Amino acid sequence: MSNIDYTIEPEVVEGKPSHSAVNDAIAKPLETKPTWKYYIALGISSTLLLIGAVCLGYSFYYGIGLWGNNQPVGWAVPIVNFVFWVGIGHAGTLISAILFLFRQRWRTGIARFAEAMTIFAVITAGLFPLIHTGRPWLAGYLFPLPNQHHLWVNFTSPLIWDVFAVSTYLTVSFVFWYIGLIPDLAMLRDRTTSKIKKVIYSIFSLGWRHSNRHWNHYEMIYLILAGFATPLVLSVHTIVSFDFAVSILPGWHTTIFPPYFVAGAVFSGFAMVQNVLIIVRKIFNLEHIITLDTLEKMNKVMLATGMMVGYAYGVEFFIAWYSGNPLESFVFLNRAFGNYAWAYWIMVSCNVIFTQLFWFKKIRRSIVPMFIIGVLVNVGMWFERFVIVVTTLSKDFLPSNWDYYKPTLVDIGILLGSFGLFFTLVILFIRSLPVVSISEVKAVIKGSQPGHH
Amino acid sequence: MVSNNLYALGALFKDPNKLVKLAKKIVELGYKNWDVHSSYPLHGLPRLMRLKWSPLGYIALILGLTGTSFGVFFTWWTMSVDYPLTIGGKPWFSFPAFVPVLFELTVLLASVGTAIVMLFIIFKFPNNRHPLHDTEYMKKVSVDHCGIVIEAKDKNFDYEKVKALFQEFEPDQILDIYYQEEEVAYKPKVFDWKFITFLVVIAVLTSAVGYLFNNKILYMPPFDFMLNQFRLGPQESSTFFADGFGMRKPVPGTVARGDIYYPFKGKPEEAGAKLINPLLPTKENLALGQEKYNTFCSPCHGWRGEGDSHLNGQFPNPPSLHSEKVRTWSDGRIYHVIVEGQNVMPSYAKQLTEKERWAIVLYIRALQRSLNAKQEDVQ
Ligand code: HEC
Repeated sequence: MSNIDYTIEPEVVEGKPSHSAVNDAIAKPLETKPTWKYYIALGISSTLLLIGAVCLGYSFYYGIGLWGNNQPVGWAVPIVNFVFWVGIGHAGTLISAILFLFRQRWRTGIARFAEAMTIFAVITAGLFPLIHTGRPWLAGYLFPLPNQHHLWVNFTSPLIWDVFAVSTYLTVSFVFWYIGLIPDLAMLRDRTTSKIKKVIYSIFSLGWRHSNRHWNHYEMIYLILAGFATPLVLSVHTIVSFDFAVSILPGWHTTIFPPYFVAGAVFSGFAMVQNVLIIVRKIFNLEHIITLDTLEKMNKVMLATGMMVGYAYGVEFFIAWYSGNPLESFVFLNRAFGNYAWAYWIMVSCNVIFTQLFWFKKIRRSIVPMFIIGVLVNVGMWFERFVIVVTTLSKDFLPSNWDYYKPTLVDIGILLGSFGLFFTLVILFIRSLPVVSISEVKAVIKGSQPGHH
Repeated sequence: MVSNNLYALGALFKDPNKLVKLAKKIVELGYKNWDVHSSYPLHGLPRLMRLKWSPLGYIALILGLTGTSFGVFFTWWTMSVDYPLTIGGKPWFSFPAFVPVLFELTVLLASVGTAIVMLFIIFKFPNNRHPLHDTEYMKKVSVDHCGIVIEAKDKNFDYEKVKALFQEFEPDQILDIYYQEEEVAYKPKVFDWKFITFLVVIAVLTSAVGYLFNNKILYMPPFDFMLNQFRLGPQESSTFFADGFGMRKPVPGTVARGDIYYPFKGKPEEAGAKLINPLLPTKENLALGQEKYNTFCSPCHGWRGEGDSHLNGQFPNPPSLHSEKVRTWSDGRIYHVIVEGQNVMPSYAKQLTEKERWAIVLYIRALQRSLNAKQEDVQ
């Protein structure tokens, strides 16, 4: 190992592509007719979306009695889905903001994509609390708007914190993403030959002209936004965990929830980004920009966060025993050995056991195994939220109140629909905007910067 | 060929190092209206160009603090002034519980506000009519060149000199950049008829949609399911019960919760003779009686039982409780009036417990004694 020089960062972009080659490679999906692979992907995702839309329409018309939610499990799959999708979003901000602050240059190839996934994941997530109310057309009352009842929202409630956190997160992520897009849109504007595209790109690039007087401010705002997005992303999943931790149910009422949720969010988010990137780099031949090194680094992050999640599972059991609280220990024994044990063990094996394979460099660097592990992580993380929400509610303080919750077909249809919505947005994004930040990639190619000889 | 339509002279480089050398020279020569263009930020150039540090950090700080203070004010005003609600026994202004919302408001205003300030105030965007747009210069900068322009409006600008200066640094290309005729002539007008029509159409559309939604759509199924539920409202008729009433009467013999059997219904004299006040005129009992009397009896009989309340003249005048008659009544007889009422005076049995009724009687006795004191009381 002694022959490695740690003072030199490895190249972020493989080879030394010329700037115009970068432009061409990244703009190619926007300018060529998609292949049949693309249409198949779009077909699958929009079919899923349609299934979800039908199930939702059906639920709006007949009411949410069509779902499995009932006493005592009132927060069921819709809330599981909400937490799952918000979590997916977190990886994007982590990659684009936190790694930016830490000057991790390998993020450039994937940052744009991850940010877009954040936005789409939060949009998907935001759907669930709304439909969960049963009357989403009255959702305006979630915001403190003056109304004829003279009533304001309850600012001491975690549910209203959630409204603020998620909507702020969506807005700030969007602004961050859009600011990043402006120079690329200007590049596309100068490149396109189509009249309509030219108008569209001109409008959205706002007249950006690559001026270094502008870059001066631009780099500052990028730093500022990254600085704000970092605590923001931590706050969002913290607040989501408060929805549970601030209540008094055993299994929810714990102080470990905020860090545990944030780690879990990053974990599942990285798995999702990794999965989608593997597909994208294959279909659009971006292997030299989204490099294997980048994917390996993502796998390392997954290994680390997966162990944090595993640690949290362990500590929960320890505290349940150590606190001497019989209700607490009952809940955890029930999780591991009660009638939801199947869900619990799916969660543990997917999140803690399979990810250990990432200790092997070979597995970290080969596409098929890491793709499979990524999928398993997402399955495991969905079940983690399921275990948290459902086991605690299904056996609360009053044994006569206990019940076994089962999601209905409509519930499953809506879950499929959420995947459909997310992937449809992702697939449309791939063909309509540059998936990799052109200006950032150019800036890190060898020889782009003065004095780097 | 120096036309007065010239915007600037531009030089394009593929190698950023050459550009940096030229830029240094330009700074030395003291040009002011010049700029460097590159499709990615060039390291160190802002310092080299002697640009000021971007003030956006301070702007973000100010906007963020505005967000926080607005949040503090708003949560305080809504939760403890405009509509105070006690939740979980917390104080109305329970600051720790507001912190998450305050944090989000801070971040929201700081990030969105700073972005808006940068794009629309500092950069004066959107601006698609800048002379650089749609030039060969811009097209090349977008791909793989970086470029320098010196504007014609710079007071040191001299076409030949600048060109010579550029040539000295071996650029890949030197370009004249002109203002375009229609771009110069274009003046944005607020009262353009197209713009006004656009505004009117938007206004009409939003109000139409708002009206439709609030007044029509929300009253159509499935949105009206909550309004039309399978239940009876008060006083509604029912086809289910034989008597057609939706509201049911209690089964005969039903005893309501807290009902106490009163054996002297309609027998005031018997009540007066047989009922005995179980309470002693202690301080506590009198205080209880005073409180209940003030609440329930004083609105008619007046604070001191003289029948002088502000109801006097609007309601059949309540009699004085100091009359010979009431003074000679037994405690049980007064008690009976409280339980059953008397003519227009309603019963107070529902509002007062047995103990409270007797306490009121004690208090009335005290009132009577205060106005018609006996000889012994004076001593
Ligand atoms: C709504 C007004 C009203 C209230 C309240 C009220 N009374 Fe009366 N009360 C009257 C009127 C009017 C009469 C006279 C009824 C009649 O015409 O015989 C009366 C009569 C009486 C009498 C009999 C006086 C007499 O000379 O016949 C007594 C004793 C009495 N009230 C006690 C009370 C007590 C004790 C309370 C409080 C629990 C009370 N009242 C509350 C209106 C009221």
